[in-house]
Amino acid sequence: MNPPKFPLLSRLFHWVMAILVVTMLYVGVGMVSTTSPRYHQLLTAHESIGILILVLVALRLINRILNPPPPLPADLPSWQRALAKSSHVLLYALMFALPLVGWCMLSAAEYPIRLFDTLRLPSILPPDPHVFARLRAAHTVLAFTLFAVFLAHLGAALFHGLMRKDGVLRSMS
Amino acid sequence: MTQDAVRPDGDAAAAFFALLRGHPGQTLAIALVIAAFVLSFGYVGGFFSSTRLSPNRFVDALEANSGHFPGFRRAHSKGICFSGGFVASSAARSLSSATVFDGSLVPLIGRFALANGNPYSNDAKTPVRSMALSLRPAHGDEWRMANNGTPGLPFGTPEAFYQLVLAGTPDPRTGKPDPEKMRQYVAAHPEFTAFGERLKAHPFSSGFADDSYGGIDGFIFVAPDGTRRLVRWSMQSEDPFTSFSPAQAEGKSANYAFEDLIARVARGPVKWKLVATLAEPGDPNVATELWPEERRHVELGEVTVDHVESEAPGNCRDVNFDPLTLPSGIEPSDDPLPFARSAVYSTSFRRRAGESKTPSAVAGQSVSSPQ
Repeated sequence: MNPPKFPLLSRLFHWVMAILVVTMLYVGVGMVSTTSPRYHQLLTAHESIGILILVLVALRLINRILNPPPPLPADLPSWQRALAKSSHVLLYALMFALPLVGWCMLSAAEYPIRLFDTLRLPSILPPDPHVFARLRAAHTVLAFTLFAVFLAHLGAALFHGLMRKDGVLRSMS
Repeated sequence: MTQDAVRPDGDAAAAFFALLRGHPGQTLAIALVIAAFVLSFGYVGGFFSSTRLSPNRFVDALEANSGHFPGFRRAHSKGICFSGGFVASSAARSLSSATVFDGSLVPLIGRFALANGNPYSNDAKTPVRSMALSLRPAHGDEWRMANNGTPGLPFGTPEAFYQLVLAGTPDPRTGKPDPEKMRQYVAAHPEFTAFGERLKAHPFSSGFADDSYGGIDGFIFVAPDGTRRLVRWSMQSEDPFTSFSPAQAEGKSANYAFEDLIARVARGPVKWKLVATLAEPGDPNVATELWPEERRHVELGEVTVDHVESEAPGNCRDVNFDPLTLPSGIEPSDDPLPFARSAVYSTSFRRRAGESKTPSAVAGQSVSSPQ
């Protein structure tokens, strides 16, 4: 019997965004650690991909509402069910929050933002260094949180695929 | 009763761990995958490196060298804000497609500063000055510059600058830099001595208005036809040059250069020519080496400063003059310094943005030129 699968569009969103989000986490942690020419290249890529993720996650949320995910296995313990649900809420919240906080903090710091070397992004907050400082700190905390939630998500996916063999991993592949 | 309340969770956890124990190979595989991500993330972030020159290490070194002055820039700390305009020449348009060169009046803000890390420095003891600019066309990309009043720099790489900062840092035991460390630095960096010679041959100006300021680093100008040229630019003062002498500052306040500037702007607008120097093939693109005098110079336009005011919320105080905030039509080159400057300024800005502010040395001033 074939286990239920995510719709094709949902799987496409998942894997494209998985690559983008994980790449962004590495780009972010790498760029703030260097004074080499890579700093500028990574920063430019970070800003562009960040806004791309914001657009994609909004579309993805709409798609999720229109094409709901398949149900979890009926025999999944309730605590794992609750963890799965809350970690997905957290993943979506962080995928929205990180680019928005990034955009807000660059606005508050009066940094112009140019995407893919062409598109100028408007400022969405009035200049204020204290607001920038808080948002900049929040951006780091949220990014490390997202990395931790990603690891939990990855571990859980492998747990389903390798141990429970309950079709949850296959539903996204 | 408490026992009953926790038992379902306890059972669930016990069942979960029993499942893990029943699949030791798979459990190990999952642990290894997660460990690989954690370790590679830490590697990329430099968490295991004691040698990577991160912007945080750099700014730590600047603070150790100059002292920690909360709320102020970690370098070029004593400054004053200005505003004015820029009008480009038609020659500029043929070199770069940047909107700032379209020939219209481009509003600008900027900041004059002393080139050291103490916001209360004595002007007469710090005759190296800087002029930062932010050109803000109504429609088009902003262009920020951080220009310096020196003939090139004593270092060409971020590593050399970092070592220089360390060598000049006071020893906590004596309160003074260790002369042996400086001797070692100078011996290892002949470009430092060469810079000292150039500095001797290049008299300091009496103040901000008659000083000239170079962009120091090489950048690429992209012409409307796509031609890419390596250039350096400089702000050439239109006020007649008067050479600085310590005697002239005798009996004047520690803020004499700033006070003179305020008085100068009150008399009328101060102007600079923005001049590009075009590299020839083979010219060294490193800040320790000047290009030959006979290189082609192109006047890009004129900068007018007609207002100065003390650093305050919302003016130049809260702007990071990141030299890589470039408009479309101007790009970074392979000169390594601007990348490090960009990263380090950003960290300096992040730190000071969150700190409470105290008034600058030159406070409460606001003067405009008569129209």
